[in-house]
Amino acid sequence: MTESTNNRWLHRLAVLTATATLFLICVGGLVTSHGVGMSVPDWPTTYGYNMFAFPFSKWIGGVFYEHSHRLVASVVGLVTAILASWIWVRATAGAARWLGLTGIVATLGLMGVRTQTMFVALAVVAFGVIVFCALRLGKDPRPIRWWAMIAFCAVLIQGVLGGLRVTQLKDELGILHATLAQLFFVLVGALAVTTSRRWSESKLSIYDTGGLRYFYLLATGMILLQLIIGASMRHQHAGLAIPDFPLAYGRLWPATDPASIAHYNQLRVESVALNEITASSVILQMIHRITALLICLAIGGALVRTWRRFGWESGFTKGVVAWGSLILVQAGLGAATIWTNKAADIATAHVALGALSLITGSILVLWAFRCMQPAARQAEPLSAPMQNQGAVA
Amino acid sequence: MKTYIPCMIIAALLGSIHFAAAADISGKVRLKGTPKPEIPIQLDAMCGKLQPKPVTTRHYVVGQDRGLANVFVYIKQGAQKAPPAGEATMLDQVGCMYEPYVMGVVAGQKFKIKNSDPLLHNIHATPKVNKEFNFAQPTKGQENERSFDQPEVLVRMKCDVHPWMFAYIGVVDHPYFAVTDKDGNFTIKNVPPGKYTLEAYHQKASVAGGKTQEVQVDGDKKIEFELEVPAAP
Repeated sequence: MTESTNNRWLHRLAVLTATATLFLICVGGLVTSHGVGMSVPDWPTTYGYNMFAFPFSKWIGGVFYEHSHRLVASVVGLVTAILASWIWVRATAGAARWLGLTGIVATLGLMGVRTQTMFVALAVVAFGVIVFCALRLGKDPRPIRWWAMIAFCAVLIQGVLGGLRVTQLKDELGILHATLAQLFFVLVGALAVTTSRRWSESKLSIYDTGGLRYFYLLATGMILLQLIIGASMRHQHAGLAIPDFPLAYGRLWPATDPASIAHYNQLRVESVALNEITASSVILQMIHRITALLICLAIGGALVRTWRRFGWESGFTKGVVAWGSLILVQAGLGAATIWTNKAADIATAHVALGALSLITGSILVLWAFRCMQPAARQAEPLSAPMQNQGAVA
Repeated sequence: MKTYIPCMIIAALLGSIHFAAAADISGKVRLKGTPKPEIPIQLDAMCGKLQPKPVTTRHYVVGQDRGLANVFVYIKQGAQKAPPAGEATMLDQVGCMYEPYVMGVVAGQKFKIKNSDPLLHNIHATPKVNKEFNFAQPTKGQENERSFDQPEVLVRMKCDVHPWMFAYIGVVDHPYFAVTDKDGNFTIKNVPPGKYTLEAYHQKASVAGGKTQEVQVDGDKKIEFELEVPAAP
């Protein structure tokens, strides 16, 4: 993803796709926060209806959130298809151009056959296409088109995973669905960045003397790991495995022997159907807390290193300050999620800010690898347009 | 003498029939301690119309003389596998609540699930041993039959459309079980003579498998259980 097709409207469409994806993640957060993911037991139909014809009068209770999630996902899928087609057509010539476009249009057409078998078959083909695209990435001077095609295939697989989670009654698929959502958000966010004019005009301009690029990458990886842990917690449908913070059942580290876990479950007076707490869910929440602390330290470290290297005026420093601010608010929301006994709006905001933290880190990583070069190569001249440190972002 | 012998045989047979006859185990489950108050349920607008009175959770329903309702009392050990004694209790959805809150079935026995509400519900069983299922009941009066193949105490049923709706089903491989009424009373009918382990299982007041008692059935028996509200850590 090293070049731009440099079209203002294409960039705007990519930004719209990323924004719609964030909105979709929020709606997905509402579904799990309200514990209503299984309120529509069938898929791709909704209570036997074609989902686009499901009567509004039946959007009651949890159905409202789950059905809305499905509809917003359809919109995101459609917008992604348009974005992928546009990028593909602009970046590809000859027969390959029409082959790719025909593939996308044919897939959309086949999705009109609204059976589970058809969707699963399309997802299997999409997986194969992703593998093919991944193999082409390193060899192609215009890799953005392959990334765009991967995004289209990923959104299709994502939809099928969400559907199968419902029909196959597998929490594990839900965790995969939530993780792929974050990865897809990063991908369309990256497409939005790399289709911008600023991206196409930027060049290598800064020496990375402190390994900043890898520091950002590490912190972003930690956030992704944290989001996967969070998704695992949410998709256990057990509510709060630990109901207090900063302590855990009144201790620094809670007891997790079977008798204690049975006792924790007995003490709960829940008003909704929650799964029982297990030792693994308690440990998972403790790991989530520790990882949160490590992320705060990593981003604090990134801020100090960036500031020392570039000063306050650098775009990178400003970016890391914004990143750190998001993380601090996110930590506060994590605590508030516990203190409010997982109020749905707070828990959903926690999901949304997690996604925003990941995309902010990912964008920083992209820009860092775009504009910084290793200090070992300081003898080489920098590219002409941007020799001022930190001027890029 | 000749007439005495058949009479003695008949008397012995009658006596043995008397001792082999099934008996009832009845009794009461009491709660010790004061549980946390139940949580008022915030019904949505449509369910609110069906349920004019305020409703709460039903974790601890305590009646007269500290009797604890919704305790699943069953023979945990000693009973042979046996077919159900009659038709299973029906799980109904009334006013966006499950009725009954706790019920029992024999493994493999079909039981009915009904939607008595003029709105849609989904019925989602979340067992640990048996097979999970989730299906829709979009219309009023709809009835479906389901069963659980393996013994499991208790299986939770829930509606994801209305997350406050949940209920429990005790599944055992014989018909010797009962659920305590509003005052904690129970009766297990027609138990064959023998020595059994009886368990009183309550979702919140039971620690790791409920409370058990040994019982020798050689006639009707009265058993009392006392379950305790767990202490805070």
